[in-house]
Amino acid sequence: MSHADAANPEVLKAMGELFVSLPHCRTLGFEYLGTVGRKPTLKVDWREDLVGNPASGVVHGGVITSIVDTTSAVSVAANMHDYETIATLDLRIDYLKAATPGKAIYCTAECYRMASQIAFTRAVCYHDSPDDPIAHGVATFMRGSNPKPMLQVEDKP
Amino acid sequence: MSDFMETFDRLRDEKRFAEVIAAVPYARLMGVECGEDANGELLFSLPFYERNVGNTTLPALHGGLIGGFLENAALLHLMWNRESLEAPKIVDFSLDYLRSGKAQTLHAQCEITKQGKRVAHVLIEAWQEDRKKPVAVARAHFLLSTGS
Repeated sequence: MSHADAANPEVLKAMGELFVSLPHCRTLGFEYLGTVGRKPTLKVDWREDLVGNPASGVVHGGVITSIVDTTSAVSVAANMHDYETIATLDLRIDYLKAATPGKAIYCTAECYRMASQIAFTRAVCYHDSPDDPIAHGVATFMRGSNPKPMLQVEDKP
Repeated sequence: MSDFMETFDRLRDEKRFAEVIAAVPYARLMGVECGEDANGELLFSLPFYERNVGNTTLPALHGGLIGGFLENAALLHLMWNRESLEAPKIVDFSLDYLRSGKAQTLHAQCEITKQGKRVAHVLIEAWQEDRKKPVAVARAHFLLSTGS
């Protein structure tokens, strides 16, 4: 896993690992595959209990929302110079086409503007290539959203 | 019409809320519950479960989970209040996070703002202790006919 291009590689590594280890992300089975440039990629395998439409076997849109939210948060971490707490302010998902049952879903995100208080992100979800997306998401995050750090000092590497 | 929609139709007529939720695997995984309020409108609830947490230090519910809960509420609300037995397809979903979701039950209720021939627009609101202090508000567009 490369974190070399991150604003602070150590922060990205720790936050990337933290975000996929959160209980909800573990429940869904998210995997952090790494970051290229400052664009992280996460993966979620198809699972019967993630299905939203039992007639088709297509994964629930909520899983897409969660992976977009999480990958976008990691993309913000790739632009952090030091540890900070962030919170999603808003999120929009466009469902471009139905996901294919049985196939893993990948999400790649980028933080295209890191302003002093707000971070702006965009993300795509896909099976085989980001050029053939199943969903597109944009989000904004509040920076320094809580004085209580998401990573406890003793957890920091 | 799929077997699932036929089953859904029967469960709806008999108001078997728990079985409606049980028919959607991800809703079951989240732990969603469903019922009716005093006015006969659908009311969705999500009791607090540790597995749904997204910030362990606060602790707070995961934003993506809140999104999934609201999206699921919108879809079921729309299916519940429609006569057609074609499953609506979500087109887009937009969500504003207003407060962090505490370690408490989260509620959601929906309103169909517009139901056209091809597209429906649904508003969704989520709150915990006080309905006047929403945790999140969302809107979604659904495609109602496959157009084929």
